[in-house]
Amino acid sequence: MSYTIKQISIFAENRPGRLAAIADALEEEKINIYAFSIAEASGFGIIRALVSDPAKAHSKLTQLGYAVSFTDVIGVKMRDEPGGLKDIARIVGETGINIEYAYAYSGKKEAVLVVRVDQVEDAIRALQANGVHLLHESELA
Amino acid sequence: MTCWDPRIEEMSKDDLQALQYKHLKTLVYKLYSFSPFYHGRMKAANVHPDDIRSLQDIVKLPFMYKKDLRDNYPDKMFLGGQDELVRYHVSSGTTGKPTVVGYTQNDLNNWSESVARALTSIGLGRKDIIQISYGYGLFTGGLGLHYGAERIGATVVPASVGNTERQIELIQDLNVTAICCTPSYMVHLAETSKKMGVDIAKDTRLRTAVLGAEPWSEKMRRRIKELTGVKAYDIYGTSELSGPLFTECTEQNGIHVWGDLAYVEVLDPETGEQLGPGEKGELVVTMLQKEALPMIRYRIGDITSYDDSVCPCGRSHVRISRISGRVDDMLIIRGINVFPSQVEHTLLGIPELGEHFQIEVDRKGALDTMLVRVELKPTAFSDKVNDMMSIKNKVAHALHSSLNIAAEVELMEPGTLTRFEGKAKRVVDRRSFE
Ligand SMILES: [Zn+2]
Repeated sequence: MSYTIKQISIFAENRPGRLAAIADALEEEKINIYAFSIAEASGFGIIRALVSDPAKAHSKLTQLGYAVSFTDVIGVKMRDEPGGLKDIARIVGETGINIEYAYAYSGKKEAVLVVRVDQVEDAIRALQANGVHLLHESELA
Repeated sequence: MTCWDPRIEEMSKDDLQALQYKHLKTLVYKLYSFSPFYHGRMKAANVHPDDIRSLQDIVKLPFMYKKDLRDNYPDKMFLGGQDELVRYHVSSGTTGKPTVVGYTQNDLNNWSESVARALTSIGLGRKDIIQISYGYGLFTGGLGLHYGAERIGATVVPASVGNTERQIELIQDLNVTAICCTPSYMVHLAETSKKMGVDIAKDTRLRTAVLGAEPWSEKMRRRIKELTGVKAYDIYGTSELSGPLFTECTEQNGIHVWGDLAYVEVLDPETGEQLGPGEKGELVVTMLQKEALPMIRYRIGDITSYDDSVCPCGRSHVRISRISGRVDDMLIIRGINVFPSQVEHTLLGIPELGEHFQIEVDRKGALDTMLVRVELKPTAFSDKVNDMMSIKNKVAHALHSSLNIAAEVELMEPGTLTRFEGKAKRVVDRRSFE
């Protein structure tokens, strides 16, 4: 059972209304956004999102002219209570996994830390070996 | 490599300069004595023909401008009478009055001679069948190349412009080996032949193209080669100088300007000071032997640089680089001349970018700022900020090293910069100079 989750990433200029425009386009296609984050750099931003239909989102946004890509990420389940993130951070630190970026969201049952690493399969194995529970794509909805 | 006129083309630099000085001296005396227009200019600049004691003294002479030709429409700048003239050409000005150029028989001879040397330098000769697909008529392109091609003994197909399918049939049926036309027409010809099911590389003998009369690029040269297998050469000239006159040789490393006919300077457009070899600036040409409409230090407005080393082909005559823009487009930012074409050229070399860009110039306090907006190519997008920052830094670095000035770079979403029909308005200058 694979624990990789398809994230869509979108290039956006730093100007008002870009996020709203993207959200509108996805709504039009009846695509749910479960989680998202925006990374801002000087002059541009990268929007990252977990959605109900990544393939459809990708084709819709590409059609509208956006630069879009798929990225495999991992959803790490956290105890939804103080210290939940700290525990995960400690385990990740011990496994020596190099995290490119991470963002958290509050899922249906628990809090989830979405993690982007370079070696996804290695990271999944290491996390599971350390007793971390991972989110399956089917649990997103 | 064979020369059309080896005595002139392979002349030593010293002999060539002596010849140029002799022609210049004669020209200046003639203009001072017989041209009310240039006599006035020289008086105003306080120069007398006796002040020209070396070729370098040319810098003492006043400039001529396109505006002078318009102000003296149609023929007030001509020397000699109408009975000396054997032809007129008229260029349609995009702004204001057209420009009329008159030719004596010697003018036509020198023009043909110049084109004959040029065509020979790209390897054309008696065995070639040359299709001239420039307009014949008031425009100089058609007739200029026509007489040059006949002079070298080639067989000319005077196709002129239009009816592309017929042109392709002629290329096939008459075994045409070379074509002279605009670069955009060459691309159109390649596309049309493809639609007709004609493979130029296999179904025709066309191997050489002489392209000019509009700006083009190395990228287009490669594209034409890929589409048709045809080796394309750059030709240069404007009607004020006679018409198309000079081309690259087979080395394709600069356009040879025949020194016995024309003296080349490249100037800083702002200060009017002469620049050295390899430095980009405004091309200024003195036509040393023109009779009906002599041109001295004519500021054409084209941007180029020159190389006066002897060419590997053996010709000693100075070479100018492909025209990379117009002086009117030049920006001066923090005292440095910046041409939008340089920016375009730099950006074309970066695969992560789309082809559209915009330059925004502003002044913050006493300092000019330059912002270059470029579109990201969708395939170059990465979800990692670091990857995107390194594309941005790469662009900034490339611009800095080609322009000698730091530019801010903004990566834009694909398709967001305004598309323009025709000449792109790619510069927004917000500075006020009061
Ligand atoms: Zn050469």
